[in-house]
Amino acid sequence: MNAALETIEISLTVNGERVKRSVPARLNLADFLRIELELTGTHVGCEHGVCGACTVRVDGEIVRGCLMFAAQADGCTVDTIEGLSDTREIEELQSAFVLTNALQCGFCTPGVLMAAQALLRDEPNPSRERIREYLSGNYCRCTGYQAIVDAIEAVAKARAARSVR
Amino acid sequence: MKAPRFAYARPASIAEALALLKEHGGDARVLAGGQSLVPMMNFRVAAPKVLVDINRIASLAGIKVTKSFVRIGALTRHVELERSADVSKHLPLVAAAMPHIAHPAIRNRGTFGGSCALADPAAELPACAVALGATFVVAGKKGERRVAAEDFFKGLYSTTLKEGELLVAAEFPLPKPGYASAFGELARRHGDYAMVGLAAHGSKQGVRVAFFGVGDRPKAIEADSVDGILDKVDSELEPRADLHASAAMKLHLAKVLAARVLKGMEGVAA
Repeated sequence: MNAALETIEISLTVNGERVKRSVPARLNLADFLRIELELTGTHVGCEHGVCGACTVRVDGEIVRGCLMFAAQADGCTVDTIEGLSDTREIEELQSAFVLTNALQCGFCTPGVLMAAQALLRDEPNPSRERIREYLSGNYCRCTGYQAIVDAIEAVAKARAARSVR
Repeated sequence: MKAPRFAYARPASIAEALALLKEHGGDARVLAGGQSLVPMMNFRVAAPKVLVDINRIASLAGIKVTKSFVRIGALTRHVELERSADVSKHLPLVAAAMPHIAHPAIRNRGTFGGSCALADPAAELPACAVALGATFVVAGKKGERRVAAEDFFKGLYSTTLKEGELLVAAEFPLPKPGYASAFGELARRHGDYAMVGLAAHGSKQGVRVAFFGVGDRPKAIEADSVDGILDKVDSELEPRADLHASAAMKLHLAKVLAARVLKGMEGVAA
């Protein structure tokens, strides 16, 4: 792609499904997912990378959906909260969030769950301090974070207990 | 807000990128990780007509260790520096800085070269490059040129990169035995830009400390010892007030942080 274009043809895999679209260069990935694919679980908050509500996975790693253009996701594998929910990858986290009241309005929750899952994948047994540090890029204005840390810690401990048996 | 309209190009090689930068001149900006440029576009602080996306240029990425230096490609992501065994072995200062840079989702995209080329005065990696005496490798029409880190940073968001040039890599000299380093910063929230920070590197022969967040670019102070650095902070730093702190508060914090962080170097850099 060696010419500068305002409309880009992209082909990518979203939640396991092949998707082809023609997109304006300025369309960010979060808006592409929400508007073009109607995957509205990815939320758009601050639009400058601070709040974390738009967190999605691109080629297995979490990124800010608002700081990447859809054109850049050409050829990539993208997973959103809908995908992680449907495959039951985050089932335990979702249950723990409900159990500990780790969400109220729910706006930040998809992004928080994406980040929490990434943390537990790379570090199965994080300390509370580490959980807080890892989630420092995800704003929650309802819970005060205590219950979110409780939920993630509970899942980590439950998984650790199972693997010992 | 959303980014203003622009045209998007995705070169596959450095030569193609340079050709695009030449073709579009001042209208073009290089898009690396986009973790600073895209917010600036969304805020409409930046409105480039053309983005040259270098993310698919494989030769710009990666960390290589040679006999005399560690070469960090411009497109190397923060997360790669954070996880690199070579970086923690040879450049412990850079390894120590990584957790302070934003948040995991940002570090997965943000690049070493993007951070240096942007030259945010509160950024960590430019200070590390200055403290460790790194050399930047810049590609342009006439081939490559090399610039010492201290000369690379010219001021607020300003470097010696000229229109049409591309930052390719930085070469960090392998630290000699007997050297130690230390890193620290103060921020309101973990991962936010530093109110004040420092990157230090030294031995019994002398210490070099690059302060950041307290001037328009990393400010290096050199002295024979840690105490010598602490004595110079007052006279050599001239921080300006910003949204977070007055000039006096920044200077105070710089002194507190320096005393705290450099303590860890005593014994190695007496």
